Amino acid sequence: MIYGAILAGGSGTRMHISSLPKQFLPLDKKPIIIHTLEKMLTCSRFDAIYLGIHPSWMSHMTDLLEKYGLDREKVRLAPGGESRNDTIFNIIDEIIKDYGEIQDDDIIVTHDAVRPFVTLRILEDNIEAAIKFGACDTVVAATDTIVKSHDGVDISEIPDRKIMYQGQTPQSFNIKLLKELYSKLKVNEKAILTDACKICVMKGTPVKLVQGEISNMKITTVTDYKIAQVLVGGIKESD
Amino acid sequence: MINYIYQLVNPQFISVKYEDTDIDDSVLVRPRYMSICRADQRYYLGQRDLKAMSEKLPMALIHECCGEVLSDPTGTFAQGDRVVMIPNIPSVEQDGIYENYRSGSHFLSSGYDGFMREFVTMPPDRLVSVKGIPEQTAAICELLSVAVHAVSRLDKAAHQYRNTIGIWGDGSMAFVVACALKAKMPKTKIVVVGKNSRKLSRFSFVSETYLTYNIPQNLMFDHAFECVGGEGCYDAINDIIRHIKPQGTVGLLGVSENFVSIDTRQVLEKGITLIGNSRSGREEFLEAAKMMSSQKICRRLGSIIYVDEPVKSIEDIHRAFATDLNTPFKTVFEWRL
Repeated sequence: MIYGAILAGGSGTRMHISSLPKQFLPLDKKPIIIHTLEKMLTCSRFDAIYLGIHPSWMSHMTDLLEKYGLDREKVRLAPGGESRNDTIFNIIDEIIKDYGEIQDDDIIVTHDAVRPFVTLRILEDNIEAAIKFGACDTVVAATDTIVKSHDGVDISEIPDRKIMYQGQTPQSFNIKLLKELYSKLKVNEKAILTDACKICVMKGTPVKLVQGEISNMKITTVTDYKIAQVLVGGIKESD
Repeated sequence: MINYIYQLVNPQFISVKYEDTDIDDSVLVRPRYMSICRADQRYYLGQRDLKAMSEKLPMALIHECCGEVLSDPTGTFAQGDRVVMIPNIPSVEQDGIYENYRSGSHFLSSGYDGFMREFVTMPPDRLVSVKGIPEQTAAICELLSVAVHAVSRLDKAAHQYRNTIGIWGDGSMAFVVACALKAKMPKTKIVVVGKNSRKLSRFSFVSETYLTYNIPQNLMFDHAFECVGGEGCYDAINDIIRHIKPQGTVGLLGVSENFVSIDTRQVLEKGITLIGNSRSGREEFLEAAKMMSSQKICRRLGSIIYVDEPVKSIEDIHRAFATDLNTPFKTVFEWRL
């Protein structure tokens, strides 16, 4: 089975413009998360799509699914966790509840709710790579020079830009592999995880690169939000 | 849902337009295989006149495409069905007027976005199933439908004699017209006249082929098709007029950017009928798809297709158009954007 996992456990504190978490902000005619869900639903290869939602926003999400006619059998809700990986594993627990034990070839495609510009091509490439290699990450080549600083004051290192990439999502995995690797991590290792691919990297399991798109941006700040609005036809007065 | 539309903004310059597309009651189709038409190439290279370019751009190119049905709320198609999309969007029905000539009809990839998009929404009557036909070949169904349209119109308008029909041109249009003619009028002797002997050698299923400078003086046709276009139109049309029998009918299919001088004295003296043909409608798409379901015809059409590498980026779109300039017939590619 191939499962989609839309990660929307956040509470939107970085926006500073609204008490509404950023995934629920409107983008043209619909909330951002609805655009993301619609695109994943369009990819016919998903057997089910789980939305990992902050518990406080569960009922709001349920209302949105009804409003936009997306309250389908294929769309399921799971409680968001403290961290990104907690949300992913909560979703895996829900998958087990709904579909029984994880099979050897089950795949999960995890994606940020706030990346509504994901394309069908990126989703299809992720599924193929996860089936073939077990784990993949969506990236774009870095255009800015990346500067490393350990103290936030002086430059410690300037890595060669040619080998630097910016990580996007989806990140996709063979579920059994992901669970197995996570279970092997020590508590202190789990504490420094920033994303799910790092689970594989820390355990020496190769993660294949899938070509992303610059436009597959993460809407995190007010500026990102304004750029996203312009991309889909401009900022309207009411916005 | 946000759709990526790959628009030609200026010659050889493609930019993405992001559009929140409403799905409503439309069938959602993912383009899978596309074929480049000479009309697309003219826009891409900026060979149309400046007025047309400024009026029609920006727009997504490509009107020959086979796609996969992603969802269909109308229940006409199942998820995963392979379909070809009809680029002609007709206006209100007018008795006796074909949908592709009605005023108010519009054409996707001529002033309206063609199929270079992430997904396309279409009403079910603008889709035709191509189940069982290889997608690469199904991609040129639109071209075959234009040939079917031209042959049908000639058949309706012409006198009853069908002994010999001439086709001027040795390109893709001439090839598919010959295919359609062979299928619809199997007893007719088909003669093809072209400029390139290597391209003419691909027309192995027709009765005779001649190079333009070597047409026997006594060779006569009941009817003919002109599939040359461009600067070659002048010679082709006047050759046809010279070699056609009295009251013959000529189907014109070649596009020319310039006016073409025609020997109207001979047209009048012989009582020749000239029929202009462009584009096609649902009826011809259905007939073309049916024709393609014959393995023999499908293989024949497959022989003029060059399948380029898949298109996964805007750079790949440029590559596909460059490849097309060096392929003798049709360039088809998998759309993976």
